[in-house]
Amino acid sequence: MLKSISKTFAAIAVISTSLFAGSMVAQAAGGGEHIEVQDWGFKGPFGTYDRDAMARGYQVYKEVCSSCHALEHLSFRHLGDKGGPFYDAEYPNPNDNPVVKAFAKDWTVERIDQESGDVIDDTAIPADKFPDVFPNAIAAAASNGGAVPPDLSIIIQARTGGADYLYALLTGYESDENHDGVYHNSAFPGGAIKMAPPLSDDLVEYADGTKATTEQMAHDVVEFLAWSGDPKMEVRKKVGFATFLFLFIFALLLFMTYKEVWKDVEH
Amino acid sequence: MSGHSTYEPKYAAERWLDKRLPIVRFGVDFMGFPSPRNLNYWYAFGGILTLCLMAQIITGIILAMHYTPDVDLAFDSIQRIKRDVPFGWLLQPMHAVGASMFFLAVYIHMFRGMFYGSYKNPRELLWIIGCLIYLAMMATGFLGYTLPWGQMSFWGATVITGFFGAIPVVGESLQQWLLGGYSIGNPTLQRFFSLHYLLPFIICALVGLHVWAVHHVGQNNPIGIEPKSKSDTLPFHPFYTMKDAFAIAVFLLIFALFVFYLPDALGHADNYQRANPLVTPPHIVPEWYFLPFYAILRAVPDKLMGIMLMFGAIGVLFVLPWLDTAKVRSMRFRPITRWFFIIFLVMGFILGWCGANSPDDIAIPIGEHGMSFKWLSRIATLYYFAYFFPILPIMGWIEKTKPLPESITKAVLSGDA
Amino acid sequence: MSDTDKFDEHGSENGEPSRRDFIYIATAATAAVGAGAFAWPLVTQMSAAADTRAAGSIEIDLAKVSEGQQIKVLWRGKPVFVRYRTQEEIDAADAVDVANLRDPQSDDDRFVPNLSGVIDKRLLVMVGVCTHFGCIPVGEQGKIDPMGAFGGWYCPCHGSHYDTSGRIRQGPAPTNLPIPEYTYISDTVIKVG
Repeated sequence: MLKSISKTFAAIAVISTSLFAGSMVAQAAGGGEHIEVQDWGFKGPFGTYDRDAMARGYQVYKEVCSSCHALEHLSFRHLGDKGGPFYDAEYPNPNDNPVVKAFAKDWTVERIDQESGDVIDDTAIPADKFPDVFPNAIAAAASNGGAVPPDLSIIIQARTGGADYLYALLTGYESDENHDGVYHNSAFPGGAIKMAPPLSDDLVEYADGTKATTEQMAHDVVEFLAWSGDPKMEVRKKVGFATFLFLFIFALLLFMTYKEVWKDVEH
Repeated sequence: MSGHSTYEPKYAAERWLDKRLPIVRFGVDFMGFPSPRNLNYWYAFGGILTLCLMAQIITGIILAMHYTPDVDLAFDSIQRIKRDVPFGWLLQPMHAVGASMFFLAVYIHMFRGMFYGSYKNPRELLWIIGCLIYLAMMATGFLGYTLPWGQMSFWGATVITGFFGAIPVVGESLQQWLLGGYSIGNPTLQRFFSLHYLLPFIICALVGLHVWAVHHVGQNNPIGIEPKSKSDTLPFHPFYTMKDAFAIAVFLLIFALFVFYLPDALGHADNYQRANPLVTPPHIVPEWYFLPFYAILRAVPDKLMGIMLMFGAIGVLFVLPWLDTAKVRSMRFRPITRWFFIIFLVMGFILGWCGANSPDDIAIPIGEHGMSFKWLSRIATLYYFAYFFPILPIMGWIEKTKPLPESITKAVLSGDA
Repeated sequence: MSDTDKFDEHGSENGEPSRRDFIYIATAATAAVGAGAFAWPLVTQMSAAADTRAAGSIEIDLAKVSEGQQIKVLWRGKPVFVRYRTQEEIDAADAVDVANLRDPQSDDDRFVPNLSGVIDKRLLVMVGVCTHFGCIPVGEQGKIDPMGAFGGWYCPCHGSHYDTSGRIRQGPAPTNLPIPEYTYISDTVIKVG
């Protein structure tokens, strides 16, 4: 009797969960655009970011994307955080990391001059955030044919399809042709995008000798942006694994305690 | 709270305290509360829910230390919590995922109550207090979802507060009063934050009443007959504390799976975009735990009717104890109604599925076109209400129930419980 | 009832640790470890966040201060005083018998050597927060602020007097005005924190 009821419940739970999961998948795949699923190293319960790809991706961001797209939630020091693209065990404090300091120097930020009170341009320090590209959304739209270039720091999280979508978008241009500044892109919802094809072969020159194909650059910049959107993923997964191990043992012990307590009670 | 106390103070200090503030007596009696000996794992969700409430309050108080309720700063402050605050990457998803886990547990708890007839005499008030808790949870969940100030936060809040605008005559001024302006803005965010912090404590008070009520009338059980003798019950501690503790550990495994490995699975990508009053996301959906009600709302073409139906779907729960006319509590002894209940459950999931999809998309392809989600949600809505009326009252009169066991002990020993 | 009694005895019916005891103790110990591990994030989340810590150091250009002047710079939410002391003030600070001070410290000990390893006793860098209860002492040369009985600083809240080296001389404050951690990063620029 109990068994049959439990089974009914279990069956319902399974059916409903799959129904629910199915609808979520359907939702994720919605739109009909062609998004190919890529094999990212950061997927899965033990997945980690590829540090070299992230470092190359930063270069792509700096030399290509940053002319229009901001990284508003990132500070330069984040680049040298543990798990970041330029982490150096010798500098546990990323503010002291020479690579990060050098990168920060490449950028200009606005500061208030302590004597005159004027807004002055200054070289950035690791504690600074990546500067805005445009003063506001209206200015951004005005300089980009009406489309505001989105912030990239959490773009992977902010788009259905995530990393796969972004990779598909960056490699989804068939030609440079456009009609009134609108390009065709097979990944973009609706297929018409205002962003000109940002990548072309050998657009950047990688220091590590990797050949800068469009696909390679797209892959690298997505890897970098995946980290920038979820920089604590690696530590989260590690702590998660330990938590699972703990909870599993704890559940087992509690089950044994429960059985001991109930040993002499028929139920 | 129930029966006479079994506590006997041993030491002078205990007697001194017991005479002035019998708090130890209260605790001992509380933990020794006689519980039916046949409670199954579905009865562990009360304990699981207590844990959920505590976890939400603790993580919530912590997040409030770092969060900024300002339209220009709220979105960034969430990102700062995840990136720069020590362990913020853990505490923020715990709170966000925790809300989903809380609702998951409360739905199981409610369905358990419905299946075993836990709302029936003398537990009507216990059930109604539970419904109030659920209502307060929904309000808290909705207010909390506004706080990250993403696109879904903003547009979800816009749609939900729009309900009040549908009320005839006073609607528009009521809505303005609620929002503190013509649309969702900074005053709205600030008051939502304040209320989101307040409501959990009201839930705590309601939970206090809920627990008081259950200790007064005693727990229902899977066969739905009252304990008659001492052998029908076991003291809550250690028997059910340990059983609940094991269930909680298993529940935490599911919780941890989401927090650590799928922190965004229950959320929506659009909420990673800053709120923009000029652009509505192409496909707005509420959090999953509101989807069935969202589907009921959209099933009706009339705005006011849709809202009334949606609130009616919750309101009908309050009168459930009087709609179910059956003398027998547990569905185990109601061979036909049990199936109506199972269909009700499935319809609930179908409504959730409809709520997640665009009304005009095809849900079930039949021939050239098929049935749209709109029509599917209409059928499911109809059944949802039909279950409460007329199915339950009629089945209560006409159904021939199976014979009930003599006592809980007999049922346990014969393996029927 | 009999079941409860057994539980209360922790199962050691024959006076020896039983399997039951072992399970109970292991479970309780695991629970305690879990509670401790979970409490840690709840407590440490209140410590300074990464962005706060990153903003914890500033650079000050000492060349901006001229003789007899003092500037105040905000560092970690508190003022840092940079005082270009006159020769009389330096002499006054040196003339003090260190042994008689409440918080004995020679004037020389209150400086950090510059890049050439020399102590420049003209440029005194201190955290301008009274060590009594955290008010900001007054005492700038050339202003009408009272400088206290020792020609240095005076805290108006509870009347602590500091000398020209920022050392406590009179009043309730227990210690000298603190010297922040700082280093010279060029001939005239220091990095505080």
